[in-house]
Amino acid sequence: MLLSITRVLTGANDLTSTGTMSAAFGLAVPIGLAGLGGLWSERAGVANIGLEGMMILGTFGAGLAGWQYGVWAGLITAIIFGAVGGLLFGLATVTFGVDQIVAGTAINILGLGLTQFLAKLLFTTAPGGGATQSPPIFGMLPAISIPVISDPLTSLQEKSWFLVSDVAGVVSGLFYQLSLLTIITVILFMLTKWILWHTAFGLRLRSAGENPWAAESLGIKVNLYKYFAVTMSGGLAGLAGAYLAIVATGVYRGGQTAGRGYIGLATMIFGNWRPGGTAVGATVFGYIDTLQLRDDANIRGLVLFGSLLILSLAGFIFKSGRRNTALAFLILGVVLGMAFLSTSVFPPEVAQIAPYLTTLIVLATAAQRLRPPSADGIPYRKGDHS
Amino acid sequence: MSVKRIGDTLLAPILALIIALIVTSAILLAFGADIAEVFGAMWSYGTRPNSIVLILNLATAYYLSAVAVAIGFKMNLFNIGVNGQYLLGAMVAAAVAGQLSLPGIISLPITILVAMLVGAGWAGIAAWLKVSRGVSEVISTIMLNFIALGIISYTIIRTGIGKDIAVNVRGTKLIPESGWMPGFKIPGAANEVYGFTLVAVAIGVGYWFLLNRTTFGFDLRASGMSPSAASASGVNSRRMTVYTMLISGAIAGLVALPDLLGDSHTYTLNFPSGFGFTGIAIALIGRNNPIGIAFGALLWGFLDTTSAQLDLIGVPQEIVTILQGVTVLAVVIAYEIARRNKIREQQQEVGRALTEKSNIL
Amino acid sequence: MTEAANAITLTGIWKRFPGVVANSDVNLAIKAGTIHAVVGENGAGKSTLMKILYGMQKPDQGTIKIRGEITQFNSPAEAIATGIGMVHQHFMLAENFTALENIILGDEPRSGLNLDLNSAKLRLTDLANRYGLEVPFDRYVSDLGVGLRQRLEILKVLFRGANILILDEPTAVLVPQEVDELFSALRDLRSEGITTIFISHKLDEVLAIADSITVMRAGTTVTTVNPLQEATTPETLAELMVGSELPSPQTNQDTVTDRVVLYVENLTLSSGTGKNILDGISLGIHAGEILGIAGIEGNGQAELVDALLGINSAVGKIEYLGVDISGWKTRKRREGGIAFIPEDRSRQGLLLEAPLWENRMLGHQTERPNAKKFLLDPVGAKSDTSRIVAEYDVRTPNIEVAASALSGGNQQKLIVGREMSGNPKLLIAAHPTRGVDVGAQAAIWEHIRTARANGLAVLLISADLDELIGLSDKIAVLLRGRIVAQVDPSTITPISLGSAMTGVSS
Repeated sequence: MLLSITRVLTGANDLTSTGTMSAAFGLAVPIGLAGLGGLWSERAGVANIGLEGMMILGTFGAGLAGWQYGVWAGLITAIIFGAVGGLLFGLATVTFGVDQIVAGTAINILGLGLTQFLAKLLFTTAPGGGATQSPPIFGMLPAISIPVISDPLTSLQEKSWFLVSDVAGVVSGLFYQLSLLTIITVILFMLTKWILWHTAFGLRLRSAGENPWAAESLGIKVNLYKYFAVTMSGGLAGLAGAYLAIVATGVYRGGQTAGRGYIGLATMIFGNWRPGGTAVGATVFGYIDTLQLRDDANIRGLVLFGSLLILSLAGFIFKSGRRNTALAFLILGVVLGMAFLSTSVFPPEVAQIAPYLTTLIVLATAAQRLRPPSADGIPYRKGDHS
Repeated sequence: MSVKRIGDTLLAPILALIIALIVTSAILLAFGADIAEVFGAMWSYGTRPNSIVLILNLATAYYLSAVAVAIGFKMNLFNIGVNGQYLLGAMVAAAVAGQLSLPGIISLPITILVAMLVGAGWAGIAAWLKVSRGVSEVISTIMLNFIALGIISYTIIRTGIGKDIAVNVRGTKLIPESGWMPGFKIPGAANEVYGFTLVAVAIGVGYWFLLNRTTFGFDLRASGMSPSAASASGVNSRRMTVYTMLISGAIAGLVALPDLLGDSHTYTLNFPSGFGFTGIAIALIGRNNPIGIAFGALLWGFLDTTSAQLDLIGVPQEIVTILQGVTVLAVVIAYEIARRNKIREQQQEVGRALTEKSNIL
Repeated sequence: MTEAANAITLTGIWKRFPGVVANSDVNLAIKAGTIHAVVGENGAGKSTLMKILYGMQKPDQGTIKIRGEITQFNSPAEAIATGIGMVHQHFMLAENFTALENIILGDEPRSGLNLDLNSAKLRLTDLANRYGLEVPFDRYVSDLGVGLRQRLEILKVLFRGANILILDEPTAVLVPQEVDELFSALRDLRSEGITTIFISHKLDEVLAIADSITVMRAGTTVTTVNPLQEATTPETLAELMVGSELPSPQTNQDTVTDRVVLYVENLTLSSGTGKNILDGISLGIHAGEILGIAGIEGNGQAELVDALLGINSAVGKIEYLGVDISGWKTRKRREGGIAFIPEDRSRQGLLLEAPLWENRMLGHQTERPNAKKFLLDPVGAKSDTSRIVAEYDVRTPNIEVAASALSGGNQQKLIVGREMSGNPKLLIAAHPTRGVDVGAQAAIWEHIRTARANGLAVLLISADLDELIGLSDKIAVLLRGRIVAQVDPSTITPISLGSAMTGVSS
């Protein structure tokens, strides 16, 4: 709704165009997968900030196998590479009891170094490659469009009618150039919800994150579940990397991940450690991520949108009684609004920092009403009776 | 600190380094390189006086970064935002220094102060988010890193603060010679060691002193060891968090100054931007101990300086990065094992001592 | 009596840990279908024994026979499989799970790949009704009170087919009505042939419910008595537990002055769910006076302490030496001469990884001899630590070892020594001799008494009624956040004090 107002006010038609929406959902995938990976890990009680490193390993794996053997090989290799990263992380934290943040940071360093080294070694002499980039990945993953849905909606969107067109834009974007990987991701999200909340396996895994000592006293092998969770976490991060390499760009490139592993963690927190919420968060962040690629008018639109959003949030917060916070938001919203009104051209850096700024703002607002797993981040040793 | 304590501190990182060397050698062998040639090339290059100067200069920046991180670690805070803090600090300090044409006695302290204030302020944002909104400083500092990059890029490229220094290079206004920091020579070398190295040493001493000889430092360490015990003893945990992050950020702000004041004299977008993560690695290796960190910084400096040689003999220099990554992982694991052993040992020692006493009685 | 009629027979059990012998030559025979109590002081070895029975520890020597068969447990899962179910003193529940999820965890009924919550609910409703252990299955545990949580724990083990129940200090956190409900459930269970092992140090309750009682002391079993056949009183049991006459910490002379050191008026702490954790508490302590606070754990004692120290957000008037300190931060209160012996030393009293001399500074890191102004004085701290170690008989090889290396009793002695130094005016002592051996206990009492004679005001919180009665000049009883009675220790007895604590009017 706010988006519609913004669009009309700024004439930035790209804000809700099919193209943008499609790209938004697209970029939501790696962020969402990272968030899902974080979810698996933290539900078992292990705080995983090494997701970025595991994602990097994934992009590299995709590039490595992808350029020689095609997309499916790249996909599988990416998952394996990410999972190995997760396993290593599990070894450090579960078996050796290293502090989880420290271990995660070490994985990030190692992932970066290893991929940089191997990239230089293997890709420099490969055709089309370079020291920090792999040769183009061979082939493409199937992407489907559903013309029956997206064509009429796209023309509806182009008519620029208030609200109707925007909704049309969103829906048609969803079905336009829908990559197979996106579909896989949606399936993974649903699978996660089912496994973790409707099976015995999932209950036990979650118990490892809520009260591992209780689980141990009931004969559950807590460490085994933690290992599974972090490996799964790494594999999902690797898959996210695969998306970036295969679908989004078509190559492995150093620096591709650009902090999306951390943004994924933020979406997990935003989603209250649940798959549904994480998916929503990923879509929001994905949308903001895309606007980097659009032009100035849209960036202006983004700023206005941000301003309007924050102002309305301020209204909600005020109603719920937290006066000071509401005031802070009011000021922030006004500042953004003034910024919008004062310039007609926004530097691209604004879009560049938008995802990260949004993450901060989201975390700052959401922090209070959250319910993380009780034993998340707490080191657990077998036999350590609390 | 007794010799035994220093020995204990260095034991695990040395062990970890050996493990890392083994792993790296294995990788080198797998790719058909000659280990002796590789390490030999690195050693011979690294021990030349010119190289030693380069190593010292690099190590200075690394040391500052690691100390900044270590202060946070001591309070169980993870300041991953050193990158953003030092780049912002350097840019602002360079811009300010470029405008000053005062004698060095005045302009240098001002430059340093500006850098510290900017770094502290940037870290302060994360600190405020943590104590008022409960946002994990791990994520907030990382986000701030990226935001800082955006701000810097904007400032240099699109505002008047960035000027055309050379072909295709934009940077802050050149700092006049009066604002430079003199270096000093060591025998045999053609280049100079940064004067800032002495400042770094002073900071290292200050770090040790603050942590171990002041009540503030005691409060800080206690908060890191047991927040509940610290509260009961009178520590205001929110204030402590903010102070610690501010100090950490202030020191982080200095990381680029050795280079800025001793060599480049302008801030450009080409400034090395990964020192924050290096600082984390070195703080982990040195176990937050000022001497351990020095060891780590020198080691890292050595590896990074000599790695350039590897390209000449056909080995990608990034092998060193792997060595570093494995070392970090090995060190943290080794330390955890050592810590558990120590607790067990101490309990046994106490048990023994007590049974002895009762036997005597 | 054949062994097969014994649900459990333990013979010659030994268990050692580094530095301490937890169980030595334990022999125990528990008849099937009875309620068998195991009593003993803290540190008598009861918990270790139960951990062995439950499969969390393995004995170094000795045999375990379940229903006449020699058995070895390598894990709790194996113990559960033989029908042993443990209800821990500190509940093992996941707060963010529902009651139902907590019960079925690890033994989940399934239909295909899915969890079958409905069939679980059916079974459990039946069990619950049979024994009077009703629990709202779909509520989150975080919303449930203590009594319900305990029922949850019992249902957990019954769900797994336990026919031998081990209850570890089950009444420690219950109010009298809940205790009655529990005992009635236990009797129902007994009539269905279920064996219950009841670990407690509440001797009067034990006498009310148990068919036979085993006394443990210093890691070994002393004797087993059958209260129905032999006349047994709490006193005789207590004597068996302690092995000698209870040390009576009598404070004879009257050292109470008329200088008010601490004056508290209408101290209140709300919990956010409507109930007040502290409900309008008012009290006063003079110099040279010890005020004892009696009450079952969980009635506001911990919160009272935190409020006096300035750690929580309680509101009300707190006057210290005539000055209103309600706005003072913790640091200022400590520096002003308020000493603190915490109930949970590892949480609030020590830095476990730090050496002893640094722990000596904890709580006083801004005062002499630990520091001068902003700078620490390690030399001063170390030498003073040596003094404390000597004066308070802290058993340690030196002052550089980490605090975690010391036994609990020695840690406590160090803390007491630290807090009594520095000339405090008010001492807040929460369970000051918990986990301390008898000799050291007497020494600590002596130190407190001497300080009292020199004008120290003491707020003493204790579950040890003899300590409370013996040391205090006056006693206030805390129940559900309010002071419900003021008692004169010279005229009260443990039994009547216990009644006041549990809200039973005499």
